Amino acid sequence: MAQIDRIAEPWGTRTPYGAGNEWPVRVDTHLAEGVAPEDVDAWVQTASLLHSNGDAMDIAVKDNRIVGVRGRAVDRVNHGRLGPKDLYGWQANASPDRLTKPLIREGGKLVETDWDTAMQRVVDRSKALLAEQGPSAIGFYTTGQLFAEEYYTLGTIAHGGIGTNHVDGNTRLCTATAAEALKESFGCDGQPGSYTDVDHADVIALYGHNVAETQTVLWTRMLDRLAGPNPPSIICVDPRLTPVAKAATVHLAPRPGTNVALMNGILHEIISNGWVDQEYIQAHTVGFSELEKEVKNYPPAVVAEICGVPAEQISEAASIIGHAKRLLSTVLQGFYQSNQGTAAAVQVNNINIIRGMLGKPGCGILQMNGQPTAENTRECGADGDLAAFRNWSNDAHVKDLARVWNIDPMSIPHYSPPTHVMQMMRYAEDGSIRMLWVSGTNPAVSLPELARVRSILKQERLFLVVQDIFLSETAQLADVVLPAATWGEKTGTFTNVDRTVHLSEKAVDPPGEARPDLDIFIDYAHRMGLKDKDGQPLIKWHDPESAFEAWKECSRGRPCDYTGITYGKLRGGSGIQWPCNEENPEGTERIYADGKFWAHPEYCETYGRDLITGAPVDPSEYKALNPEGKAIIKAAEYVPPHELPSQDFPLQLITGRTLYQFHTRTKTGRAPELQAAAPDVWVELSADDAGSYGIAEGDLAEVETPRGSVRARVRISGIRNGVLFLPFHYGYWDTDGGHQPDGAGRAANELTITDWDAASKQPIFKTAAARITRISAGDGPSPAPTTTASAPAGGFPDEARTKGITSALADEAGGTEGGAR
Amino acid sequence: MKFGLVLKELHRSENELAHHLLVISERHKVDHEIYHLARDLSRWSQQHVRDIAALAGNYGENLDPEPRSEAGLMETLREKGSEMVGRRPETGMLLLRDLREVYLQACGVSADWELLAQAAQGMKDQDLLGLAEKCHPQTIRQMKWANGKLKESATQVLVS
Repeated sequence: MAQIDRIAEPWGTRTPYGAGNEWPVRVDTHLAEGVAPEDVDAWVQTASLLHSNGDAMDIAVKDNRIVGVRGRAVDRVNHGRLGPKDLYGWQANASPDRLTKPLIREGGKLVETDWDTAMQRVVDRSKALLAEQGPSAIGFYTTGQLFAEEYYTLGTIAHGGIGTNHVDGNTRLCTATAAEALKESFGCDGQPGSYTDVDHADVIALYGHNVAETQTVLWTRMLDRLAGPNPPSIICVDPRLTPVAKAATVHLAPRPGTNVALMNGILHEIISNGWVDQEYIQAHTVGFSELEKEVKNYPPAVVAEICGVPAEQISEAASIIGHAKRLLSTVLQGFYQSNQGTAAAVQVNNINIIRGMLGKPGCGILQMNGQPTAENTRECGADGDLAAFRNWSNDAHVKDLARVWNIDPMSIPHYSPPTHVMQMMRYAEDGSIRMLWVSGTNPAVSLPELARVRSILKQERLFLVVQDIFLSETAQLADVVLPAATWGEKTGTFTNVDRTVHLSEKAVDPPGEARPDLDIFIDYAHRMGLKDKDGQPLIKWHDPESAFEAWKECSRGRPCDYTGITYGKLRGGSGIQWPCNEENPEGTERIYADGKFWAHPEYCETYGRDLITGAPVDPSEYKALNPEGKAIIKAAEYVPPHELPSQDFPLQLITGRTLYQFHTRTKTGRAPELQAAAPDVWVELSADDAGSYGIAEGDLAEVETPRGSVRARVRISGIRNGVLFLPFHYGYWDTDGGHQPDGAGRAANELTITDWDAASKQPIFKTAAARITRISAGDGPSPAPTTTASAPAGGFPDEARTKGITSALADEAGGTEGGAR
Repeated sequence: MKFGLVLKELHRSENELAHHLLVISERHKVDHEIYHLARDLSRWSQQHVRDIAALAGNYGENLDPEPRSEAGLMETLREKGSEMVGRRPETGMLLLRDLREVYLQACGVSADWELLAQAAQGMKDQDLLGLAEKCHPQTIRQMKWANGKLKESATQVLVS
């Protein structure tokens, strides 16, 4: 067993393998100082909750405390590996500042109370609002970090009990476009690809997907392919010089906001050179001629002008993609959070569709997720969609859901699309949403244009309930705060991007009076007296396993069919990919094999939207276009971003992530090794821009947009000229400001624009016009990590490079040793 | 031939639609999707105005290629006004009225394009038919957008 600093080496040691071979096992372990494996009382099965990859692991428990983690060698997702956030992040569970008692606002201050008092306050307000205004007064905003059982319960309460369609998750910010792009192309959510496609692909194209930082273990798999025989070619689209870009055969760094033009350029080359599978197109798709017509307008020379990318690079990338025998395409925030997110992500789908590269080993699409349980938010209806991918504009689906819940179909709001979070904020602003229940997320840092968001959340007339594990920026503004249990303290299941379902078991008790989110929701339902049409309780389950069984019944016969999965089956072995049912008792590795889709008008989850205007497609129109349920090829024209650089704001700001932090740092900021690796906000700009503005590495600078300003130390990185980058993780909970800036702004979202993709309703975080001004000289390099996309461009002092604090040493064991478990 | 009248009417109705989309964009600045999308969709109509004017000469009509412009001061006033009343529930009713108006206007424009396309076929005029084939689908998308927003917004406004 070897020891390695996984802060300095986030991807660990290479275990090379060749195309078509099995990815070797490597078991990663990190235990608290002074704890040896033989001291551990119990290893409790779970998977990662600090990123979206779904890495399976066991929690080490000693004396009812979490003392470490170990990757699960048997699992299909990670083959024993863990990322840095997994290895160190668990320590946050035991932070002394966990919420342990409910809080209520009294005389303007939050004071401790008991559960009865807190819940009664929530119930009294809910009932009063229902009586006075009706369900339109109440909104629920949840997360991508609870469990399937909890989302299903919340969705049932909101849609079936309260009857509101104001339900969304913060998955709106990270993964709504993934879902929408899949719905547009295949009529239904559900990932065509599988992680094992990495084992077979000869070309991997990553679009706005800095996998090296967002899913470190998936990148480890790709690195191991790159280190082995017959490695795949890598195509990278990213305005930053990410680790992926450095490993790429072709790196395209387009001007922010121009992804659709770039994709149309690539498609232009693929189609005009005939690198398409005509037979597949004829048999399994509709809409190809529209795409052909649209992309004619985007020859590489034209695209080069729009995107600021050399025409030859576009042709070269297209040629590699066009000649691929096994093409894996992956997409993430660089597309989703940019201008025309859905339209761009759909063009990626189009490439695989017209090349006939779906449902076969190495031929897949991964429209990635940003959060660990985002897939469940979507499938269980907690993002506002109807549970189990039912179609809100298909009356038969609504009727069927009403049957499952034993309620009147009229009780389920389905007269219009669900209200997305940005619209909920608008309704709270105009005073028509008067109660907002936020669970497990932190809009006061993560939503765009924070000054506006704070002013909405602070309103006296808005009753704000926050359910969380720490007193986040948002919780500080609440009227009632409910202390929740988290990962390791409660049981449930969750599903990663390649449809792998994992069981996460309770390892230790939650602190103080904190309760599992599931118990809180069920308690609310009972106190509200929510009933079915026979007068029986609407929520008929009482614990995680009974909730899972109820969810399974709801999913029966739908694409995300869980009926073949049990807690027992998930215990001990590997995670299982849905659909898992009688026909596929061991789950399904790849969907859409043989060109069969879930797009039939009677079965599909949605009839789609206009990619530019967002207008829902009429059911009869969909039936006419796609009567047999084929894959839908949708073309889109390039539309420039709504905010373009100007004389006052000559640069473009993009926001994003770093490997070492997650979301608004509520957990990772409380894990010493992670916090030390990325302790504070920074701003990146290119060496050329730094020269023009007279700014040096480590200088303090002010970044401004029409909406606000942020001060940050400067990192001169390999980013595209004319572009600034700010990480979005840093808010105010660990500053004197508490929930807001005390002086200069720190949160990137002070600067972002209130604007969203019309189809997916995902906010746009990656195209704002900005300017930068030097404030003062720094006393050394900026706090940005040097191991990642924020790596310094020029010479850099060795002692300032990112490395772990002493406790960062983790264990790595090769295949045979790892197999000992 | 009465065809000139069709062109003139289409030029007028597209200009009206472009203008009205800009007006509602400013009036509902705090409804961000309306604000941004109405501007995007106004550009389609503005382009249609230019395209119609470019062909009009062939049919003896002299039509202004420049879409009707916006007074800068009024624009700012409306945007400020929108921000000031954005926290009051009555703005919802105004939004419904405006969306309904856009929807009806776009329906009118759509009918005008149908007239033009019918005439173009009668005259076996490929240029004119091409223009209708390019522009009319965008008009229909404008219509569907307004209708979709209307449906999406109505319940909250009317029953809250």
